[in-house]
Amino acid sequence: MDDLDRRIINTLQDGFPVCEQPFCAIAAELGTTEDELIARVDRLLADGTLTRFGPLFQVERMGGAFTLAAMAVPEARLDEVAAAVNALPAVAHNYQREHALNMWFVLATETPEEVSAIIHAVEQATGLPVLAFPKERQYFVELKLRA
Amino acid sequence: MNDTANPGIVAQIDREIVRATQAGLPLVPRPYHAVADVIGVAPELVIARIEAMLRDGRIRRIGVVPNHYALGYIANGMSVWDVDDARVDALGAKVGAQDGVSHCYRRPRRLPQWRYNLFAMVHGRDRAQVEAKLVVVAEVLGDAVRAHDVLYSTRILKKTGLRLGPSA
Repeated sequence: MDDLDRRIINTLQDGFPVCEQPFCAIAAELGTTEDELIARVDRLLADGTLTRFGPLFQVERMGGAFTLAAMAVPEARLDEVAAAVNALPAVAHNYQREHALNMWFVLATETPEEVSAIIHAVEQATGLPVLAFPKERQYFVELKLRA
Repeated sequence: MNDTANPGIVAQIDREIVRATQAGLPLVPRPYHAVADVIGVAPELVIARIEAMLRDGRIRRIGVVPNHYALGYIANGMSVWDVDDARVDALGAKVGAQDGVSHCYRRPRRLPQWRYNLFAMVHGRDRAQVEAKLVVVAEVLGDAVRAHDVLYSTRILKKTGLRLGPSA
């Protein structure tokens, strides 16, 4: 990752224009070309430096729901249970954490009603209880990491 | 198109835009035109609807999401706090405003397994950086906090964006 990569990552965390040729506008700002910028974003996505490029949706504003859920998974079953959980399209993120509750995943559903059905399905598929932590209040959300 | 002209059609177009972009914007010089071609509407309409969704918050922002680990932020702690219910809302906003806190939510307790009602994600290049930020959060919470813990992530098992199903 070189200086231009870092500047691309930092600039594109602040926003991407909504216009006919947005890459061209950002490339001019960064002192590079449209083709170079597109090629670099492509590479940063392909090599895993970036996990996403595009609109970030607030699912709640569209009637949907985000629910954090946690499970205590026996160490020997981690990969198997992760595969079962991750196979559900509603699972947006899943992290292993250092705690008795060692698997924490986020369900993004189109309606709040779907959450309980999905949690039930996870419990059925794995035989493990799931604790659900729906968001009651959101105080702050803005993840920007300087590259 | 006027936003209120035909709410049913506008909602359907918005939904198609979400579906066409939830895996990401196309990496081409005219990405919104490419989205318009996929869903079969004019590019000006796609641009107008995306601007409308940015204004009303359905789209938080457009841009990139970096992988924490790839950028060297290898310490990712979910800090959790058992905070007096009467004071958690006032204090949650202050915790969310602290440097290094990326997400801050109130969630239900699940007694007896889980006593914590305030969740704050903290990122750092190492655990010492995270711990230093947590000292500040603890100071903000003061005597309203009864117990706390921090759960470090050790592995990303899955990370994708929103996924809408194919049905309307």
